[in-house]
Amino acid sequence: MDLAVVILVEIVYAVASLVLISAGLAVVFGMMKVINLAHGEFMMLGGYATITAVNLGVNVFIAMIIVAPFVVGIIGLIVERLVIRNLYGRLVDTMLATWGLSLLFIGIVTMVFGNTTTGISTPISGFPIGAYQVNGYNFFIILVAILLVVAMYAVLKGTRVGLIARGTMQRADMASALGYSPDRVYMATFFVGSALSGLAGAVLAPLVGLVPSTGGGYIAKAFITVISGGPSLVVGLLSSAGVFGLVNQVFTFALSPVVGEVALLIAAVILLRLLPQGITARFFKGRL
Amino acid sequence: MRSVDLREYVWAIAVAIALLAVLPFLVDTYTLTILLIYAMLGLSLGLIWGYGGILCFGQAAFFGLGAYTYAIAAINFGESTIPMLLGILVPAAFALMLGAMMFYGRLGDVYLGVITLVVTLILFKFMNSTAGPQYVIGNARLGGFNGIPGFQTLNVPGYPDAYLWGDSLFYVVAGVMLLVYLFVTWLLKSSFGRIAVGIRENETRISLMGYDIRARKTILFAIGASIAGLAGAFFANWAEIVTPGLFSLSQSAEIIIWCIVGGLGTRFGPMIGAAGLAYLKFLLGQQSMIDNTLIMGLILVLFVLFLPKGLVPAIAGSFRSTVKRRRKSNRRLRSRGIADA
Repeated sequence: MDLAVVILVEIVYAVASLVLISAGLAVVFGMMKVINLAHGEFMMLGGYATITAVNLGVNVFIAMIIVAPFVVGIIGLIVERLVIRNLYGRLVDTMLATWGLSLLFIGIVTMVFGNTTTGISTPISGFPIGAYQVNGYNFFIILVAILLVVAMYAVLKGTRVGLIARGTMQRADMASALGYSPDRVYMATFFVGSALSGLAGAVLAPLVGLVPSTGGGYIAKAFITVISGGPSLVVGLLSSAGVFGLVNQVFTFALSPVVGEVALLIAAVILLRLLPQGITARFFKGRL
Repeated sequence: MRSVDLREYVWAIAVAIALLAVLPFLVDTYTLTILLIYAMLGLSLGLIWGYGGILCFGQAAFFGLGAYTYAIAAINFGESTIPMLLGILVPAAFALMLGAMMFYGRLGDVYLGVITLVVTLILFKFMNSTAGPQYVIGNARLGGFNGIPGFQTLNVPGYPDAYLWGDSLFYVVAGVMLLVYLFVTWLLKSSFGRIAVGIRENETRISLMGYDIRARKTILFAIGASIAGLAGAFFANWAEIVTPGLFSLSQSAEIIIWCIVGGLGTRFGPMIGAAGLAYLKFLLGQQSMIDNTLIMGLILVLFVLFLPKGLVPAIAGSFRSTVKRRRKSNRRLRSRGIADA
């Protein structure tokens, strides 16, 4: 019984962290059809921003939820203006350019912070369920992921900004004819997407030791979650994160964490072979 | 047509011999060997990406697979001829399976990228986790993060004690590199190669003409993989150790950077890009002021933004246009001369 609860918590946690990891990428990809391969490095920068802020005496939660997204959002804005703006509509080129950016960021962070592991302790202590010790911080991550998804849905569905964003997503030329500059919308979207990446990196930072190359571990997961999700932003993100999180944790508990990771990747390959346009191209069609 | 072909082959061989004579005086052969190996790896991606339009994010998978296959087989056989062949065949077979899965599924560009990337990651994660004694193939322990050291290196076929190393390894690699280059040249001139370029240009049109694009793409993919595997097997001989780092994302990234910088759709481009950037990295590695990764990243971003065609096509293009301009002005002068007369 206790074990069942623990496994359930772990599965939900795995899904939640996949949602967090992929949210920023999903917004940018769903909106602008830009694959940002520097996404992992944005997360890494979010982590470093948090740690720097905490070391300067800022409260951990303020550092994670306000400082990191803002800092990374600004970095994203600069990147969008300097690089990505010139490459809209050239999918492969943006992938390559952002891959270059990711190497660039790794290099800069290595020079600034050094190639050593830094970290902060988790601000919420663990507690026991029956005979098992559970990490209390996992619940915080689950909470953040839920709030994030609800907020994304609410903004896209319920506000004027969301309406404009969805309109630009569907027909950029039509939105432009109605007087909304796609250039500005894309800029704002990229800011939001980067800020979400920064938030994810910050929230996950206490769980992992940060090194400059941390981002590499995230990007593949985020990439496959978003691609397998397909065209719908929120539902796609939730469904693919659900599938992969479940597969990952089931195999982790049954065999080992490494097998869990490998199973996730194999599941992605099989899923993409069966549903090459992503899950939401077949199911939940037309949802947000 | 035939005589033009022949002239190109002769030229390639002549240039190669000239380079072989000159280069060892400029750079030591140990470094040159690895530059050649990287050039071969660059050419493998240049073939499938530049001519076949298949953007493979995981060319490092085949490179690493070739190296690992060689190392494992060399430990088991104690002789290098069969392991070298296996180092080509295993990646090719793997690519045939992977390619058949992807191309018969008619996956688009981005999805192809994801799957090749993911497969590389799977291999990377798996190889890293094989530290335990239960991971054994024959007599070879996979060794996890530490990799496999101490295997039989290249020897004269049939004579396990006659090692080929140092200068002789360099000349062997150079000879094989030339053969691979001639093979690629021949392949691209053949109808298979021309149809591959056609597929890159317009897939629908070629398939409507009755060609099976899925099979052709799969075969081209496997050929690219076998060249990468060959490069990997040579790498194992050069480094005398194979580690999971061969499968890493940064290795894959580097191969793509070589192709972009050198120039897609050319044979020289990826080779020059590979050797040039690897040498640059080697030089940069000797200083500690600026991080290596930073410069590689910067180079990639700048090339995608400002010179997306790459160095070789850009230089060739400007050369061609000056030649044309000169011819045109010559013609103008000549016509004016006629008018004067």
